[in-house]
Amino acid sequence: MIVAVASGKGGTGKTTIAVNMALCMPPPVTLLDCDVEEPNCAIFLKPDMRQREDCCLQVPVIDEAACNRCGDCSSFCRFHAIAMLRQKPLVFPELCHGCGGCLKLCPTGAITERGHVIGVIESGACGSIEFVHGRLDPGRALSPPLIRAVKRRADSRGTTIIDCPPGTSCPVITAVRGSDFVVLVTEPTPFGLHDLVLAVETMRTLGLPFGVIINRADAGDARTADYCRREGIPVLLELPDDRRVAVAYSRGLPTVEAVPEHRPAFERLIAKIAGLVPRRHGT
Amino acid sequence: MKIVVTSQGGSLESPVDMRFGRAAWFILYDLETGSLEVHENTSSAGASQGAGVQAAERISQLGADVVITGHCGPKAFRTLRAAGIRVALCSEGTVAEVIDRFKSGRLEFADTPDVEGHW
Repeated sequence: MIVAVASGKGGTGKTTIAVNMALCMPPPVTLLDCDVEEPNCAIFLKPDMRQREDCCLQVPVIDEAACNRCGDCSSFCRFHAIAMLRQKPLVFPELCHGCGGCLKLCPTGAITERGHVIGVIESGACGSIEFVHGRLDPGRALSPPLIRAVKRRADSRGTTIIDCPPGTSCPVITAVRGSDFVVLVTEPTPFGLHDLVLAVETMRTLGLPFGVIINRADAGDARTADYCRREGIPVLLELPDDRRVAVAYSRGLPTVEAVPEHRPAFERLIAKIAGLVPRRHGT
Repeated sequence: MKIVVTSQGGSLESPVDMRFGRAAWFILYDLETGSLEVHENTSSAGASQGAGVQAAERISQLGADVVITGHCGPKAFRTLRAAGIRVALCSEGTVAEVIDRFKSGRLEFADTPDVEGHW
């Protein structure tokens, strides 16, 4: 089972929920931090990192002698990573999305590929939890290839929890795609509700089953809960605004370790999600 | 010598488009023959990225030796340089005015890009 933890708005508590779910889930559990621009599950989990490898995007290299300047590659590339000048072709690796289309189209076989490093994938463990995160190199504008590389580390046995980036664009879609269930974390404020509506539209467009967690539920108003009821969206968990949780967070400690009385709520959440995940054929 | 001026419209009287990659029109002017060609920039004007690269590629294909524009970012500059096209930066005016300024030596060639990408 793969459960993605997402939200429209940033700062609602995705990482907190993802980490605490992983800590309460029966093993084997893999936690994938796919928020590769600011991966911070490791701050809570303090995993023992054992492996580190570069994540590369395959970008074109053009052999100028073999190139006949036909320009098929350049006119195909919607990201304008190749300019076909009269004198020679010019490649801009920083614009390339690594689709490999130019290589397939080239009639003279002048194009090969090389790895262009965009970040690193680090993995390790925390107790029985397998942990993997991606870290995008500063200045890189393209996170989906790194997110996909982290997701390839999902373990088909047991449960995989994905901590997603905030928002509703490509990085989020890449992170949630292929999940069995998406948990949308929100807060009961006009801002939280506004962005929750966008996230709900995104999940509906993708056709993914989802439910909502209202974090700091007693701190705001009832509009978020009302919205979920109206839309028929299951509210999986309402976490109270607990000062002890905030203090633990400020020290980088997971909720269920600092305030164990919150553990049953996460266990109920896990059971609820298991009941809502559509059964796959043949399993 | 053929020059391209980035323009907001398709004539010599149009104001110069200070943007390079997302310029509305490219006016190709042959200094020797005085011939004029106007090309609407339908492709890179609305590009989400790489507009400067694409515009530079197009101008290379038009056979220009010099581009006159308001500003030029790093990728456009690199592409134009690789294509052997020199960049002259101008201030506001009509296409005809900046061509006159260029002819009388009042425009300077840029050695480096003068703005960041996506300025």
